[in-house]
Amino acid sequence: MVKSLTPKTLPEALEFRKHQRLIPLAGGTDLMVRKRSWAGTLPKFEYPALFIGGLAELKGINVKDGILTIGAAATLASILEHPAVPDIVKQAISIMASPAIRNAGTLAGNICNASPAADTLPPLYVLGTVLILQSTAAQRELPIAEFIKGPGQTNLQTDELLVAVQIPIQSYDVSFYKKVAARKADALSKVSFAGLAKVSGDMVTDLRMAIGAVAPRVVRSKEAEQLLKGRKIRDLAGLIPELKKIYDPLIRPIDDQRSDAVYRSQVAHRLIEYYIMQCASATAHAK
Amino acid sequence: MGPKIDFTLNSRPVSLETDPLRRLLDVLREDFELTGPKEGCGEGECGACSILLNGRLINSCLTPVGTVAGQEITTIEGFRLTERFKVLDKAFADAGAVQCGYCTPGMVMAAEALLRKNSKPSEMAIREAISGNLCRCTGYGMIVEAIQLAAERGEGLW
Repeated sequence: MVKSLTPKTLPEALEFRKHQRLIPLAGGTDLMVRKRSWAGTLPKFEYPALFIGGLAELKGINVKDGILTIGAAATLASILEHPAVPDIVKQAISIMASPAIRNAGTLAGNICNASPAADTLPPLYVLGTVLILQSTAAQRELPIAEFIKGPGQTNLQTDELLVAVQIPIQSYDVSFYKKVAARKADALSKVSFAGLAKVSGDMVTDLRMAIGAVAPRVVRSKEAEQLLKGRKIRDLAGLIPELKKIYDPLIRPIDDQRSDAVYRSQVAHRLIEYYIMQCASATAHAK
Repeated sequence: MGPKIDFTLNSRPVSLETDPLRRLLDVLREDFELTGPKEGCGEGECGACSILLNGRLINSCLTPVGTVAGQEITTIEGFRLTERFKVLDKAFADAGAVQCGYCTPGMVMAAEALLRKNSKPSEMAIREAISGNLCRCTGYGMIVEAIQLAAERGEGLW
């Protein structure tokens, strides 16, 4: 029988992690489904679980020097209740899974599972999220786009834990999130989209967009965003055909039980267009 | 067997030796013979296994028992001893919110979790609160009515 471990403190958790292969488990809402076996039998974990959901050091949510830090064991529900969390993250979480799952599941868990359809990833990408990874030896920071390698694959080392998620707090003039799914609750995304923009006068000074569930990893194109930055908002609509050319090779969805590639691709392109048109009608917020 | 796990179950301290990865749902049903929480889907979609962890709704089928050490668990069997349950019970009966009954314990726990946070919920808030609980009999309308009715009748209890 695999022997699961319940550390009392973060240093103890990291010490366990250093000495043996373990599967970190906070809320368990994803792992218990992926590892489930027949009803009434034990879930099948390849390695012992490391229960980190109870670690007080990882539960905090706070803001310091313009950076929002969300501890790895903070539940999705507690993130939703926190006033400093950006709207675009709250929008994604509020229609994620169900109330019961949000009471147990964590943002860090959603990131580490690295599903191409993970609901929180597109917002976290456009917000410029940085992850804090810690081992007994060192702590390092990694931008979220570098952390996720592919479906279920991350750069988390076997002796490390993702301890915190850091989001720079900024104000945006346009914030747009859309999840396309079969129903509101308990549904996995067919396509998801997050966009943020800053407008100054009649000029777009910053524009970011990320698309989920249309490729092995979240799609974010620096090339496309560079093309749009510094433009007059009235010129945005005219750039849509050029944008389409940039995104076309990047949007390469698959057919699965939830949707098919043709639908996903068409919806993704329409969402880009819709978002650009929203930016085109945006006015800068009074600063 | 496994390590000793202590927690509070329906206001009573309990202790058992078991594999910490066992689903809380199985522990409740098999070790404590609390069969109110039910297995519908086994993957967090249906809410038939809903219980309260420190007053918040969770799916017991997704919860390894090791993660509830030191915590407070309330199942429908514990909740049914309260005044609030009596109000919900009667409201569910009066509104015709129970047909086959399989989803009912989970629905009642979801209603309790909602009313604890929001004693005068709107219809939207009720639908949101039960969005993780499936019912294949009623079409939900009568369950929503039952929760509205309970909120009215139970004024001051939540």
